[in-house]
Amino acid sequence: MDDPVRRASFSRRALLLGAGMAGTGALLAGRMAWLSLFHGDEYRLKAEGNRVQNRLVPPRRGWIVDRHGKPIAMNRPDYRLELRPADIIDAGRDLDATLIAIRQVIDISPDDELRIRDDIASQPRFMPVVVRQGLSWPEFSACNVRLATVPGVEAVQSFSRHYPEGERLAHLIGYVGAPTPEQYRAEKNPLLIYPGYRIGKDGIERHEDRRLRGSAGAARVEVTARGELVRELGTRPDKPGDTLKLTIDRDLQNYAARRLGDNSASVIVMDCQTGDVLAMVSMPAYDPNIFSTRVPAKLWNALQKDDHTPLLNKSAMGLYPPGSTFKMVSTLAALEAGIDPDEAVLCTGAYRLGSNTWHCHARRGHGGVNMHRALPLSCDTYFYAMGRRVGVDAIAAMARRLGLGQEYPLPIPGQAGGIVPDKAWKQKRYGKSWREGETLNASIGQGYIITNPLQLAVMTARLASGKAVLPRLIDDGQTPDFPSLGIPESHLAIVRQGMVDVVNAGYGTARAARSPVPDVLIAGKTGTAQVRRISMAERKRGVIRNEALPWKQRDHALFVAFAPAGAPRYAVSVILEHGIAGGRYAAPVARDVLTYLFEPERALAVLPAIEAEVAERRASRASLEQADSIAEENRRLMPSWLKLDIKPPVFEVADPDAPQPPREPE
Amino acid sequence: MDLLNGPWRRELARLPWGVVLLISAIAGFGTMVLYSAGGGSLDPWALKHGVRFAILLVGALALAMLPPERWLALAWPIYFTLLLALVGVELVGAVKGGSQRWLNLGFMEFQPSEMMKLAIILAMARYFQYVPKGYESKPDVLLPALAIIAMPVGLVMLQPDLGTALSIMFGGIVVMFLAGVRLWLFGAAIAGVGALLPVAWNLLHDYQRKRVLIFLDPESDPRGAGYHITQSKIAIGSGGLSGKGFLQGTQSHLDYLPELHTDFAFATMAEEWGLMGGLFVIILYGLVLAWGIRTAVNAGSQFQRLLALGLMSTLFFYLAINMMMVMGLAPVVGIPLPLISWGGSSMMTVMILLSLVMGVARANRPNRD
Repeated sequence: MDDPVRRASFSRRALLLGAGMAGTGALLAGRMAWLSLFHGDEYRLKAEGNRVQNRLVPPRRGWIVDRHGKPIAMNRPDYRLELRPADIIDAGRDLDATLIAIRQVIDISPDDELRIRDDIASQPRFMPVVVRQGLSWPEFSACNVRLATVPGVEAVQSFSRHYPEGERLAHLIGYVGAPTPEQYRAEKNPLLIYPGYRIGKDGIERHEDRRLRGSAGAARVEVTARGELVRELGTRPDKPGDTLKLTIDRDLQNYAARRLGDNSASVIVMDCQTGDVLAMVSMPAYDPNIFSTRVPAKLWNALQKDDHTPLLNKSAMGLYPPGSTFKMVSTLAALEAGIDPDEAVLCTGAYRLGSNTWHCHARRGHGGVNMHRALPLSCDTYFYAMGRRVGVDAIAAMARRLGLGQEYPLPIPGQAGGIVPDKAWKQKRYGKSWREGETLNASIGQGYIITNPLQLAVMTARLASGKAVLPRLIDDGQTPDFPSLGIPESHLAIVRQGMVDVVNAGYGTARAARSPVPDVLIAGKTGTAQVRRISMAERKRGVIRNEALPWKQRDHALFVAFAPAGAPRYAVSVILEHGIAGGRYAAPVARDVLTYLFEPERALAVLPAIEAEVAERRASRASLEQADSIAEENRRLMPSWLKLDIKPPVFEVADPDAPQPPREPE
Repeated sequence: MDLLNGPWRRELARLPWGVVLLISAIAGFGTMVLYSAGGGSLDPWALKHGVRFAILLVGALALAMLPPERWLALAWPIYFTLLLALVGVELVGAVKGGSQRWLNLGFMEFQPSEMMKLAIILAMARYFQYVPKGYESKPDVLLPALAIIAMPVGLVMLQPDLGTALSIMFGGIVVMFLAGVRLWLFGAAIAGVGALLPVAWNLLHDYQRKRVLIFLDPESDPRGAGYHITQSKIAIGSGGLSGKGFLQGTQSHLDYLPELHTDFAFATMAEEWGLMGGLFVIILYGLVLAWGIRTAVNAGSQFQRLLALGLMSTLFFYLAINMMMVMGLAPVVGIPLPLISWGGSSMMTVMILLSLVMGVARANRPNRD
């Protein structure tokens, strides 16, 4: 049966097959050696890369504290759920399924879902999107347990910024927010796309961002293919940001903000000697706590539309004509030009130059006025005459010496520089030569001249101390020593006495600002800056009282002051936008703020009445707005043929070139 | 006493105990790999794997007591029964609307295609046993042989299960090769397939082409289909010469390696035991295969020779395809590594395979008494 030939043939074939098998075996062994010996290092690295992940530990942001160490900006633990579009959409997963999985654990409101989808559509994929923040602890732990295996979804515990004073320091401190894609691209710092990481977006938070950021730590962790953490291999702790100590006095800031009520206003308090800014209030403002998370569109629109400009830092960026608060500059310029302080000018209520008439705020005139009485009376005619004699360039030079028209080295983004006009400036700006009438306007702080409240505070501090004081916001532990202004003490004494008389003499324009604190005299100067033009026709009819005008056309009320008059320590500038009259409305604010520095209890006693009034006004405005919205609804539903379009009247704003009309007595 | 001292002892002694030792060593090593794959625990795989091997080994040894002549007689009945079962699977699958590989016999799930891998060898060996020398390459001999191969292959392709179909085809063709079919016919067949490849490429769907391309360059799709191969290569490569140590594998324990206990068990092993472990497995199997070849060459009839070496080739096919796959030399097909990978039905197939070869070896062992 068994054929030897067949057997031999089989053996040959079997040998062939066996050789094939051996060859394959050798190939496999060789391949394995190739992988593990010759490329072993490379694959070991890859295996390590799989296994070990370097996780960032974001640094805690540095605190911001006031001069006494009270917190102004601090960190609070915050739980939120975040989503990384890159891990969902790019990995081919379904966003809807992910959202449904999240919904089974926590609620997502339709608004939130819209926002999430918007963000995913508009942002680059690597930017994390917040699903919900401010999760409660049970929600957070539920997310941790039940969403741990959903890829691209992460429950994050982090610290969110908290501003205990809310809007009262909003403009100065600013707020924090998520970095923009552009910032990440510019900086390439992986921290910037760390879920929940916030950087400074405005104010000091933005300017001092690098100092406050600190440096990130790192954790080497072992993770599974699904990203679950197995164990920590080692950590380098994060270095929290520096604590930033400001010169601000939190309680004073707080008081000033409350004292302003619902005014659109700015208050600045400075130390005359050191330049420390004790308070820098700009009201109304926004709540930085809301801004640091996410601003609802409705709130944002309301803030933008508000005519009280809550988004503008009026203290540093608002620009206003200084009005009569500029008269100290004119006085010093006149003294420097050698004008005798006892020389009198006759004020008849009007000052003629060429064919135009400039009016004094006192319609019947002040009679004979010398330098000592000019400031307390705020007699425009005197300054028209003196300004004309010394010329605009001398006035501008003095203004610059006192710190106007310049930006200070402060850690706030976007200071307004203002304008101190002179002949060269006009030539450059308008290509026209200076006219003498403009000198008259400039000498009483109207016309081209424009300043911001901070500059007025610095001016006052320089007048009070005689030193070239510069404001500072960050308390670095040193006491700066400023050089003298180089203005003779005798000149300054005349101006200071004039300012004392503004408040304390029987004929002064700011008798309302007299100090309630015994032994402490307040010296100050009122200003009322006009924002509209008064026509000849109106002047004949009788000028409309400011209170009867719409808010937008009322005069700005200004007041600058320092105290105690004998040994100046604090300088204040107050601006109430459209506040009608400096003496009547701005001066009492300055008085109360200064009083708070000496006798807080007495100052606090005035608050309840003011706040009650504000609350009442708010309530009535709210009811008006409600009525308006009903009226608006009715108008919308009304058939078009019944509609009457009534346009609101348009008022022109005064031409800065025009002669100065008389104003109401201050 | 007669039972103990009689022919039983002699018959048992004729079994190839050396190979039993070899496969026990392989399966024992497999148990260790599965112990590690289970996270350093007997559950869920290692213990069952060991117990299953022990039971199947006893069964295989019992089966090896059957003389090869019995298998010769049973060859056609087994082949046609399985062919019928494949048709049955196809019908039930059509009724259930989907791919169907299992036939529920009531007491157990039965996979006819798995057994067909062995039955095709049995049938082909039976067929060529009675083909006289010199007639192997005649068309009227070749055509029925091709039909014997084509029927089960076609049915399995319909399931569809490409891996098993290829395995059956490989087994059948190897038997034809061993039976002495002329070499130029194989050359012509290979040339023909080579010529048809471009045509086949054009007939493929886009996604199928993509799959082939990913196989050629797995890094081009690290998240998708290339993921398996990439991670497997990382596991093997990172093992180095001596591995990361027992239970120290990171690719496997941190779930980067997919199918770490079945198709990619070799990678799991290689990560922890390195090149040494890999060579150990390759050499053990090399010894088993060498024993198989020697058994076939020494066997007393054409049927026994073809049966033994055909089965060994099937075992080799399993081994080679699996290892090539985990090392990135072949596309990802679901073929486990015999005796090491987890899986009852594949282990049963391999044990039956070995028992048949052991039967051949036993039958041809010179009786020393």
